[in-house]
Amino acid sequence: MVTIPFIWIMGDLLWNGWDQLSFSFVFSAPQNAGREGGIGPILISTLLIVGVCMGTAVPMGLGTALFLSEYTRHDHVLGRLIRGSLDVLAGVPSIVFGLFGNALFCQILGLGFSILSGGLTLACMVLPILIRTVEESFHAISQEQRLSAAALGLSKTTTIRRILLPAALPGLLVGIILGLGRAVAETAALIFTSGYVARMPESLMDSGRSLAVHIYDLAMNVAGGNPHAYATALVLVGLVFIINVSSSWIASRWTSCNRLSA
Amino acid sequence: MISFSSNTLSRSRGDFLLLGSVRLLALTAGGLLFLVVAFLFHESWPALQNIGLSRFFSDPDWYPTENSYQLTSMVWGSLLATTGAVLFASPFGILSALFCHFYAPPLLARWYRRMVELLAGIPSVVFGFWGLMVLVPIIGRWHPPGPSLISGILILTLMIMPTIMLVSHASLAHVPIALIHTSSALGFSRWSMIWHVILPTTRMGLFTGILLGLARALGETMAVLMVCGNVVQTPSHLFDPVRTLTANIALEMAYALGDHRAALFMSGLFLMGVVALVVSTAEALRHRNTYVSAK
Amino acid sequence: MDIMQPTFRINPEPGKPAGLRPWVPYPSDELCCEPVTHIRAKNLSIAYQDHQALRNVTLEINRGCITALVGPSGCGKTSFLMSLNRLTDLIPGCQVSGNLHMNELDILAPTTDLLQLRRAVGMIFQKPTVFPFSIRKNLELPLREHGTHHRTVLHSAMENVLQQVGLWHEVKDRLDHPAQALSGGQQQRLCLARALVLSPDLLLLDEPCSALDPLSSGIVEDLIVSLRGHVTIMIVTHNLAQARRIADHIAFFWSFEGSGTLVEYGPAQAIFENPIHELTGAYISGTRG
Repeated sequence: MVTIPFIWIMGDLLWNGWDQLSFSFVFSAPQNAGREGGIGPILISTLLIVGVCMGTAVPMGLGTALFLSEYTRHDHVLGRLIRGSLDVLAGVPSIVFGLFGNALFCQILGLGFSILSGGLTLACMVLPILIRTVEESFHAISQEQRLSAAALGLSKTTTIRRILLPAALPGLLVGIILGLGRAVAETAALIFTSGYVARMPESLMDSGRSLAVHIYDLAMNVAGGNPHAYATALVLVGLVFIINVSSSWIASRWTSCNRLSA
Repeated sequence: MISFSSNTLSRSRGDFLLLGSVRLLALTAGGLLFLVVAFLFHESWPALQNIGLSRFFSDPDWYPTENSYQLTSMVWGSLLATTGAVLFASPFGILSALFCHFYAPPLLARWYRRMVELLAGIPSVVFGFWGLMVLVPIIGRWHPPGPSLISGILILTLMIMPTIMLVSHASLAHVPIALIHTSSALGFSRWSMIWHVILPTTRMGLFTGILLGLARALGETMAVLMVCGNVVQTPSHLFDPVRTLTANIALEMAYALGDHRAALFMSGLFLMGVVALVVSTAEALRHRNTYVSAK
Repeated sequence: MDIMQPTFRINPEPGKPAGLRPWVPYPSDELCCEPVTHIRAKNLSIAYQDHQALRNVTLEINRGCITALVGPSGCGKTSFLMSLNRLTDLIPGCQVSGNLHMNELDILAPTTDLLQLRRAVGMIFQKPTVFPFSIRKNLELPLREHGTHHRTVLHSAMENVLQQVGLWHEVKDRLDHPAQALSGGQQQRLCLARALVLSPDLLLLDEPCSALDPLSSGIVEDLIVSLRGHVTIMIVTHNLAQARRIADHIAFFWSFEGSGTLVEYGPAQAIFENPIHELTGAYISGTRG
């Protein structure tokens, strides 16, 4: 039942997008509002936005996950409060993050429509998933490891850096990749934060258009933009698939390794 | 659970440094929700003050430029599209989870699951685009104009079905194997085992899946924006074009100023409230579920 | 090097880094225990939130002795062990009260340096707990943490302890292989080596053999015996035959109304042949517990 629309969507994208797709399409600049030319600058903007997003979200997510799993008890009030608020945050619609990002980053912090505000908005959005995954991978480390590290007189910092972090690394990677997938696919949160400009971005303060926004713009606002919208959609879906497959690959390798060692 | 925080005696300065920074980061992350709510509230305050809550429902229509701010028809749009999608997607999602877990041979089940995961990962804008290019013309040929409530419902169904299926599948996987063996030993047929044993025990998990799907459908913007037609009206039947709250924000935010902008933030705040309620219900149910099964 | 020699050790050998104390096999016919009190517990009680796990334990343990803690499950033996290196701090809601001294050091004092205490008190758990990296790193990490960084020192300390636990010939060609690839018995010996590399004064063993097959169990047991006289050893075991084989002293615990306490403590021979308390006799002869 799910198979039919899945194959239909993929088939449709491939059928209509494959012809358009070429090396020059991926790397050249769009012309005539995207009807001609390629998606080079848009790809770069997307990468920059996602880069800003992960660069902010990963340290924050890692720190929070560490705090939740290593420094608070499971039933601790503060931990429960933070977890609860993150759960709600995970469900907040992306358009609402867009509003928030527009108000905070674009206007109050004065960053304007820029790659930086877009990336920071996305960071807020992917943070809950990231924290959840990383925290779970910390919880998966057996308690005996912590006890035996403590029994050897290892300091907390050493225990975390030498023993817990390496063991949680695959989980961290899966979390990062999941967040990456969500960030790449996001449109609604970016329209009013990173903006529409399809030029090659010169700095992080420039407005930049992401792939997803490009598809939306071509499909809705540009007459005759459909062929290129198909091709862009194909690129985007391809990216997302690569991201998803690699995350499940890492996850499955990780569990099989764990089983081996157990 | 081990807590190292009671170990305040360690002389290692690195430990204190780490604890401090980690605590700061965690508080920031935890405060993010508060920050989001605060900003939405702050930005929508002018609307509450100048327009007032009641006028969002009593004004004749949504003409922000003419100082008329009625949200009712868009609330209806959001609600109908979401309800429709949940009604369609829940049985399909749960049935395909059951199929995957109990009927399909392992290899097929694995591939099926992998495919559903990929489907869940397709960007919403791609769903919207596909709907615009394929679904809308088909519906348009059948019953003009095409962009309508029904196309929104169908696209949302496609989008939330994977969510429902994956969550249900996970909760089915948690059914104790002993329960299945016992009911097989009692000579139950597979279907009556599912109906009388599996479904009642996983009730909460399935419901959580539906709620999460609901939250996703309610918050979805791009796909409905692209296929629903975006006419501000309370739909009288399935083939009428509608505009949802989310689509409204996405469409008008770019040029909205003053009270208009505040009104959009106001609707965002409202959306967030509803979604937060749904999500926290789902989480509470899930926790209760795991608690019961842990016992 | 200063860090390596905590002030509270009775017989530090100045100038010798950890893991480099000369290893002289102890002559087996000599009297094992120096009559010097090493550990002194007085009215020690341990409570988890509202549950009293251990009540009023008072005993003195001699330096270099092997003391076996025996008794049924859930009578506070493991909690007692964990209070000796303050691992009880890591268990939420765990309260330890009473007096606990190692030599002159007040273990329970809030000012005690936990990292140094735990360096001087090694602990082995029921399941082998090697860290998920190479054998070499497993042994080097604790040494580096306690201030030994010199490569040759690290290497000779590692060789020394691996010889000591009889692993050297088995693993010398694969020191950089993951420790998890070792067999269960080898892993447990590696854990023992990892504890010994810090030259502990006191070694706590929490059922070290119960997760091992009989062969590896025998090897580990022999190892423990070979440490007699060099390290004070406290071992929790459910295997009475093992306790009889290796222990100099037996501490017999029993749980009354859910909270454990020390019933009888004395030389192993006396406890096994002539127990004073009727519960001890019943447990040893297998009619109770």
